[in-house]
Amino acid sequence: MSESNPIADLQALEKEALAAVKSAQDRESLEEVRVMYLGRSEGRLSAILRGLSQVPVERRPEVGKSANAVKERVSTALEARQSELVAPSAESELDLTMPGRSRWRGGLHPITQAVDEIWHIFRDLGFARARGPEADTVWYNFEALNTPLDHPAADEQDTLYLVDSVLLRSHTSPVQMRTMEANEPPIRIIAPGWVYRRDTYDATHTPAFMQIEGLVIDEGITFVDFKATLAEFARRYWGPDTQVRFRPSYFPFTEPSAEVDVKRIITRPDGTQYETEWLEIMGSGMVDPNVIANAGYDPERYTGWAFGMGPGRIAMLKHGVQDLRTFFENDIRFLEQFAR
Amino acid sequence: MNVSTKWLIDLVPGLAGGPEEISEHLALRGAPVDDITSPGRDLSDIIIGRVIRARQHPNADRLRVCEVDNGEETVQIVCGAPVVKDGACYPLAPVGSILPGDFKIKRSKIRGEVSHGMLCSAKELGLGDDHSGIMELVGDFTPGESFIDAVGLNDFTLDVEVTANRGDLLSHVGIARELAASGEGHIELPEIPDVSDLPFEYQTGAPEVGHAGFSVRIEDENLCHRYIGAVIRGVNVKSSPEWLQARLRGAGARPVNNIVDATNYVLLELGQPMHAFDLAELRGQSVIVRGASQKETKFVTLDGETRPISSDMLMICDEEVPVAIAGVMGGNNSEVSDRTVDILLECALFDPKATRTTRRKLGMSTDASYRYERGVDPEGLRSAMERCIQLVLSTAGGELELPILDCNPVPFESSTVELRVSRIEKLLGIPFEAGYVGDLLAPLGFTVEKETDGVLHVRVPGFRSYDVTREVDLIEEVARTHGFDNFPDTLGPQRVSSVADHPLFQLEDRLRAVLVGHGMFEVQTPAFCPEGEGDVEVSNPLTTVEPFLRSSLMPSLLRRVEYNMARGNRDVRLFELGTSFHKRGSGEPPLEEPHLAGILTGRREPPHWSREDEEFSIWDLKALVVDIVGRVYGEEVMIESGGVKCPTLLDDDMCIYVREGSGDIVGYAGRVTDEASDLPVWAGDVWSFELALPRNPSKGTEVVVIPLPQFPASERDLALLLPPAVTSGEVAEAIRGSAGPDLEALEVFDLYVGEGIPAGVRSVAFRLRFRSIRKTLKDKQVDKNMSAVLKRLEEDLGVEARA
Repeated sequence: MSESNPIADLQALEKEALAAVKSAQDRESLEEVRVMYLGRSEGRLSAILRGLSQVPVERRPEVGKSANAVKERVSTALEARQSELVAPSAESELDLTMPGRSRWRGGLHPITQAVDEIWHIFRDLGFARARGPEADTVWYNFEALNTPLDHPAADEQDTLYLVDSVLLRSHTSPVQMRTMEANEPPIRIIAPGWVYRRDTYDATHTPAFMQIEGLVIDEGITFVDFKATLAEFARRYWGPDTQVRFRPSYFPFTEPSAEVDVKRIITRPDGTQYETEWLEIMGSGMVDPNVIANAGYDPERYTGWAFGMGPGRIAMLKHGVQDLRTFFENDIRFLEQFAR
Repeated sequence: MNVSTKWLIDLVPGLAGGPEEISEHLALRGAPVDDITSPGRDLSDIIIGRVIRARQHPNADRLRVCEVDNGEETVQIVCGAPVVKDGACYPLAPVGSILPGDFKIKRSKIRGEVSHGMLCSAKELGLGDDHSGIMELVGDFTPGESFIDAVGLNDFTLDVEVTANRGDLLSHVGIARELAASGEGHIELPEIPDVSDLPFEYQTGAPEVGHAGFSVRIEDENLCHRYIGAVIRGVNVKSSPEWLQARLRGAGARPVNNIVDATNYVLLELGQPMHAFDLAELRGQSVIVRGASQKETKFVTLDGETRPISSDMLMICDEEVPVAIAGVMGGNNSEVSDRTVDILLECALFDPKATRTTRRKLGMSTDASYRYERGVDPEGLRSAMERCIQLVLSTAGGELELPILDCNPVPFESSTVELRVSRIEKLLGIPFEAGYVGDLLAPLGFTVEKETDGVLHVRVPGFRSYDVTREVDLIEEVARTHGFDNFPDTLGPQRVSSVADHPLFQLEDRLRAVLVGHGMFEVQTPAFCPEGEGDVEVSNPLTTVEPFLRSSLMPSLLRRVEYNMARGNRDVRLFELGTSFHKRGSGEPPLEEPHLAGILTGRREPPHWSREDEEFSIWDLKALVVDIVGRVYGEEVMIESGGVKCPTLLDDDMCIYVREGSGDIVGYAGRVTDEASDLPVWAGDVWSFELALPRNPSKGTEVVVIPLPQFPASERDLALLLPPAVTSGEVAEAIRGSAGPDLEALEVFDLYVGEGIPAGVRSVAFRLRFRSIRKTLKDKQVDKNMSAVLKRLEEDLGVEARA
């Protein structure tokens, strides 16, 4: 037997084996590589170790140590490749069905959303928003609005008083007078805001609630404009198929006065449709000439119309809320449903 | 106003449709119906039974055994009533029928005698409180007939909502008039049975009218324009006939006796309140309408209540004492009773405002006062009186004493209102013909007296004299009768509004969007609060729990957190935009300030498998407040801590405040103290802020772009040792003041305390970024800047760099 160099053989074997490991493309071929190099009986490393007897005694420990080191390194490479073949790349260790990392979601109060939706329609119809104080005087809340305090009409809004002639406004209508005083026609405003009544809490009443006032004052404004604008609003808000009805009523500050009712067509999830009852959505009418005169305008020259509606009631109708108090409890599980 | 459908149909012959259709008509006339009920509901099983013979129960003293004709056969019924008349008719609940209250009638044996059903009392049928005996039916009846058909309870009661201006609709005739005007025919008063044509004679006078037998005197003609009194002698007070009782029940009223029922009938039919006095109880032969005297301070009304009266109240008096509160309620000292023989009927016209003042002062409202407040027909008094007399004579007998006394110091003068066709068109927006306008108004009782050059002179009937006084009132009648639905609704051109959108709404919109972006929920809470949370008091609160208006929104938000936590909601982030109220001078409206408040508790981010949960801290709150404040007040605002008393809810040691450019404190933020909140043990820290918003916010300064840098920046880190009294804010200010104009940015990037640092000293690491807009900065220049910074820090604050 020629003089062999077992260390060099081991080095060559290691190089070859590692290359084979690297090039193995699946677990079967990797197993073949293992058997070929490390197999107990047929493996080439085993063969070298079996030939250790040919090696001079003094070199045996060195060669043996080297052979074991090669075995270890090839084994490690095999294991590493094995796990690579199970999960072919580091990126694909991700399980994308795991939940994502979110941030808290917030939301606007449902009544704010109702007010905003109503406001956006009126904005498109040329209106701006106006505001006034929540604590106001008897003059602005009643007298200027053609409602003498000794008339039964003043009873219908049982009022909360602060001192003498100062009260918590029982409707947003005082904003009509304040806006007329501070501006000149043409006036087209809505005024959302809190109003107060001497009511206890029940399913449909709260002592404080939101109202939206509307006012239009100009030359040549007629009952037809009034009907047309509010019918247009109702169809934009409730849907184009909505029927709108104007029903005579009485408010001291408008004449003629009307309640506005809508009847909606609702489509069920299965595609079938049904018609609702008439739903009362607002009180309205042509501004009473006494109100126009109280603002310092000439009622022969200027006419107009006004309305008042409750966005809380409208939100109840729209979202199927059964109890008005739910809006003020502010349970976040309720509010979350409106966080859209 | 409860309206009987049968009564309406009798008033408007030819009125078609059932209660639903009538309701729909009324809704479109401005008098919507809230509810439809039937006085005969639950009584459809009851039939008429005639007692053939009643005998004593053999085994019970208090029971009677009756042979009753039920229309088909004769059955035996045991009855506990004290009086059962042979030959009389009673409501019979046969075996198998169900009485109100779900009471089923079974065949039974009572003390050995079989009973096939039950003869009923009014109370058992839900028709009254009378339980003393079974309900004897007055009139002709056929055994076996349906009870509700036989007595006229097959009616529907409409609960009509009458607006405050339409006192004339508080009567069946008024409602009928509206129906007739919508093309349903004309009105005819139903006939009263067994009534003979009476000659009515009046004696008129003012302020006193009378004859030998009786007199009426009005002392205050401003509060009582007219008083008609009629004396009827020899009446027989008893139950009304079934037709009258049924009529009242159909209109939601309880029958009492024939005299009271007659007055109620007239009230319900014509809207004229009537009152009957027991003449024998009146001292002296006269009635005086006057104010209560100083001595008269108490009066017992016929409901048995003792009422405090005062001299501003108008009273009906005999020669000695008051016997009724005018327009409100009679007294129990002159009430009609079973023993009454002679009566005085009152039909009067009292002042609406005075009646309202009186009844409000007494804290009561009656059918009479409700109508007087809203105005009764000044032209209808005599016909109402005559109708009432006919009813009394028909149902109670007796003799009318003539003449009837009509004291009328202020005769009614009808008014004429001018109506311009041009004004109708200007207001309503479509053309109208004068003739058509007259046609629209006529069925409502208005008369066009003349028409000249497009101006109609319209006479207003008495029953509309309260609400129709101006041209526009007539225009409403024209629009209403023409039909609101018959006006087009085509949108015409409109001029642009002169009013700008209020800037506070716009600021609120922006803030809402920002806070929702921060993951917060907007809440709305009423402004009421308990004492201690505000200084503006409601003078007539309905509850004593929250009689004040809040000066701060924070307590309301904290209560919402408590509410949520009580329901297991741990992560709560809320904000509210609302008004804060503050007391001003006496008699002045309070100061109102728009506020924004927020509250945070729980985890700062939703839980996720990749990270540990982290709770909100002061640093989250501070960053939020800085963001919000910057958007509201711009850069001119200082965030400070210490030196100011924080609101009671907040921890003084964990509180910052916001000072506006002018020096005013406009907001607070901090940790809610444990004492201030009522939270479960598992609750974490609660963080809250509140900020006053400007009432009229400016649009803010316009953005003017800073050109993007063209030269590289140079960064230097500086670890500084801050002695205990020195704050990072002071250090930052000193750095900015000394680093020269090229300092572009300054940030804190680390804080270290512990080993290698003396106790009480903090090592705070700052990163300074220098950049020139003109050139690339040389290291030498930056080093020079840094030296200046260090020098200033050492000299001013005793702060040194960490070695």
